[in-house]
Amino acid sequence: MAATETRMILKYVDQSEYDNSIDCYIRHGGYEVLKKAVQRKPEELAQEVTDSQVRGRGGAGFPAGMKWSFLDRKSGKPIYLICNADESEPGTFKDRQIIYKDPHQLIEGMMISAYATRTKLAFIYIRGEMYDGARILEKAIEEARSKGFVGDNICGSDYGCDIIIYRGAGAYICGEETGLIESLEGKRPYPRIKPPYFPAVLGLYQCPTIVNNVETFCHIKIIAEIGGKEFLKIGTPNNTGTRIWCVSGDVQKPGYYEFPCAAITLGELIYEVCGGLFPGRTLKAVIPGGSSAKVLRADERYKGKLKDGSEFDWSINDIPLDFDSVAACGSMSGSGAVIVMDDTRDMVEVLGNINEFYAHESCGQCTPCREGSLWMKKITTRMSYGDARPEDADLLLDIAKQIEGRTICAFGEACAWPTMSFVSKFKDEFVTKAQNKSTQNSLI
Amino acid sequence: MSNQQQVEKVIVNIDGIDVPVPKGTNIIEAAALVNTEIPHYCYHPKLTVPGNCRMCLIEMGMAMKDRATGQPILESDGTPKIGWIPRPAIACATQAAPGMYIKTKSELVKNCQKGVMEFLLINHPLDCPICDQAGECRLQEFSIEYGRGYSRFVENKIVKPKRTLIGPRVMLDDERCILCSRCIRFCQEVVHDDVLGFIDRGSYSTLTTYPGKQLDNNYSLNTVDICPVGALTSTDFRFKMRVWFLKKTNSICTESSVGVNTEVWSREGIIYRITPRRNDDVNDTWMSDSGRELYKLIESENRLRKARSHGVAISLDEAHIRCAEILPTGKTVYIGSSHMSVEEQFLFKDLIVQHPGEVYWVSHVDEGDNLLISSDRTPNLRGALITGLIKDVPVDNLDNLAKLIENGEVQNIIVYHEDLTRYGISESQLKKLNVIYLGTHVNPTSEVARIAIPTLMVFEKSGTFVNQQFRLQKFVQAVPGPIGIMPDINTLNRIISLLKKENDTFSSIKLIWRQMQSSIPQLRDLSFETIPDGGILLNAEDYGAFDFPEGKTLHFEAKTKSQV
Repeated sequence: MAATETRMILKYVDQSEYDNSIDCYIRHGGYEVLKKAVQRKPEELAQEVTDSQVRGRGGAGFPAGMKWSFLDRKSGKPIYLICNADESEPGTFKDRQIIYKDPHQLIEGMMISAYATRTKLAFIYIRGEMYDGARILEKAIEEARSKGFVGDNICGSDYGCDIIIYRGAGAYICGEETGLIESLEGKRPYPRIKPPYFPAVLGLYQCPTIVNNVETFCHIKIIAEIGGKEFLKIGTPNNTGTRIWCVSGDVQKPGYYEFPCAAITLGELIYEVCGGLFPGRTLKAVIPGGSSAKVLRADERYKGKLKDGSEFDWSINDIPLDFDSVAACGSMSGSGAVIVMDDTRDMVEVLGNINEFYAHESCGQCTPCREGSLWMKKITTRMSYGDARPEDADLLLDIAKQIEGRTICAFGEACAWPTMSFVSKFKDEFVTKAQNKSTQNSLI
Repeated sequence: MSNQQQVEKVIVNIDGIDVPVPKGTNIIEAAALVNTEIPHYCYHPKLTVPGNCRMCLIEMGMAMKDRATGQPILESDGTPKIGWIPRPAIACATQAAPGMYIKTKSELVKNCQKGVMEFLLINHPLDCPICDQAGECRLQEFSIEYGRGYSRFVENKIVKPKRTLIGPRVMLDDERCILCSRCIRFCQEVVHDDVLGFIDRGSYSTLTTYPGKQLDNNYSLNTVDICPVGALTSTDFRFKMRVWFLKKTNSICTESSVGVNTEVWSREGIIYRITPRRNDDVNDTWMSDSGRELYKLIESENRLRKARSHGVAISLDEAHIRCAEILPTGKTVYIGSSHMSVEEQFLFKDLIVQHPGEVYWVSHVDEGDNLLISSDRTPNLRGALITGLIKDVPVDNLDNLAKLIENGEVQNIIVYHEDLTRYGISESQLKKLNVIYLGTHVNPTSEVARIAIPTLMVFEKSGTFVNQQFRLQKFVQAVPGPIGIMPDINTLNRIISLLKKENDTFSSIKLIWRQMQSSIPQLRDLSFETIPDGGILLNAEDYGAFDFPEGKTLHFEAKTKSQV
């Protein structure tokens, strides 16, 4: 069975006649959902989102409805809504498809969300590297404003909300919501300590703030369109809606593919959707959810119990692609970035590459991540250059353990998990490096 | 005080001990109440909490309750069942709450501390032998107490700028910096002079000043005090002396009527530096840079070191005897000083009793900085009020006295510290009089004085001052005075004895306090020995209507006329 995509978010994207203008969007039924939404009560819309059980598409998979319910409405302060378009997780390229090819879908989703949360002002924090994306969004917002979909009196209602585009300056940490908020306030993007700075209570300018991912807003548009109960039918319980999987690495047809949650397995994605591996290669490992997710080893059996109590015993190819199944296998579906590695890949070098990224992107605020990420990078770089020591593997694990769970934000886990998983699952390769150590060009 | 008592107390269990603390107290402070140290770098009690060093990680749990009944769930042995949070939490940002349980010495906590210490040291130059912070360095202390003891780091360390002068008084060594951000927060939150920040990111983060700016505010040296490592050092104190050789003596800054609490660091009679001493009601943990420089006046060239007559050195004995001879010869005017200690002012009043005369006083008012320098640049104006030397706030001129002198109605002047030529009395007028000057330094008045008697600086004697809050604070002798200078109280006492034609009786702070207890109502139940380190507030009811020059400073707000 060749799996066929079920495109909901990317429904029109990549169709030859579809462009990112508002006329094209309206021709395809755009902004009709917003028009209807502003006729309803905001609480009703928020309830639809809660009913839909939609989980955030940014990486952590936190239920969006629950996030909204944390909003501090008693403070009397304005509520801000932020779209996190800082898509920076290596391997992830789904949000940029939406921004570049269907910006009005995002804007419509944002305006519905803004109305549902009674937001005063909305922001799109877009990754600095996506310069064209920012221009496209600016043009789209201008178009939407001129047609009354953004700004005062949206669709003739008495509700008004504007959207402001803010470009980042190229830091991964700005994808962390409190780091993003600091950056948006014009400061260094140092993530805030939680407690007390939960965005829904003390967010942007110390006001209640909601931060959602680009893809999440598009799902909210669909939820407002079809209703939360109907949305539940897509995917499986607690894993509702479709997901855009960004496949990269050693497959014949890398790209982005949209499927309902759990509609396909990892094996189907690799071998059927993405055309399989290159001839003569065998699968070695897969990182299922962006570079910070723990790596899955191809020849491992994944056994355990799911949340509903049913036991599973899967090979890597059997893992259903959704939130909970991947988590049950000890990793996470994160941002939906599936990185495939075949037998030609040197795991020490792969980890070295990942560690280099995280050492470069650590904001430097708190000690374990700041010092640990660079230390791990230095070790894996040295090992890659043929100067491995037998104790390096254990040292790497120990450093990662000293970071995990002890930092201000989740970057600690993001930089510790690759090392923990690569070293523990491919320890043989790390040990072999030390045995084959070249005696020349010693770095130490 | 009444407000503090109203704060609700909660009980936190720290390492098995129930500690009652005011609600909202963070766990570092709560643990300190039971003498449990939770190591920390970035946390400072007077700054905001950034939670970045991760040294204060602790284990936290809450007593579990039955959701349905709300009753505590108990273990089989009857103790409450604790729901421990699997992730360690930072003590600095964890506020005490009822039913909270804390472990500060568990294996997980020790492991966290070991890990953070290792991380902090991998890129640290470990140059303690040539580092000026050695001996008062938190990295040294905590690495011994909580560290691993050896390094597993074999890579190259990061190279960062060394010996960067970031302000006229502060030197920065970026390699030693652990990026705790205390100095940055101090500049932003206390001085409101935002000049410091980090550039670059990750482990390459580097402390620096904003382009075109430098750390040159009058509080810059506080960053050196609060820097937990040797990154920020004082250009003045650097390499002068290892701190473990220094003796600390409690003192009070004489820069203004704020009365900043200080510590004087000395060795073998030489002062090397002055640092602030914490007093949450006066100066928190801060002091001005200018106040730290005051000890340099000890060695200043114009220090009055010998008794003089018209600029010619005479013996102390001769000076005292001639004073006693001069006074009865005519009408005498007394000009005291708000730089005198309470004890000296008390004796000065006694001197006036022996040979009555009018008392004049001058003010030293300058612009305050709203922080720790008030507009009254003397430490003890309130002392003069309490001892009854003056009846009102002094003025900034002596025009009335000048008229009296012109009219020949005054023959003798005893002046303490002040330079009368700055207050409207000319040198030629002074030359008409018998001027007796007592002071620490030479000035135009001392130069024309018939008798000039040297006195001691605040570091060289003990005594008390009353600050703008009417807080009585004591200072203790840190170093001996220059050879041949008698303490002020003994000088005054000797002149009084000579006037009384009594044998020279010995005086001491203790004896003076015995007298003051009986004659000054506000000091009735006090003695010098029992004044607490933080000072004690005196009854100031009588002075409510006075027009004091001070405005707002850190822990002081002048009463407006309408409030009076």
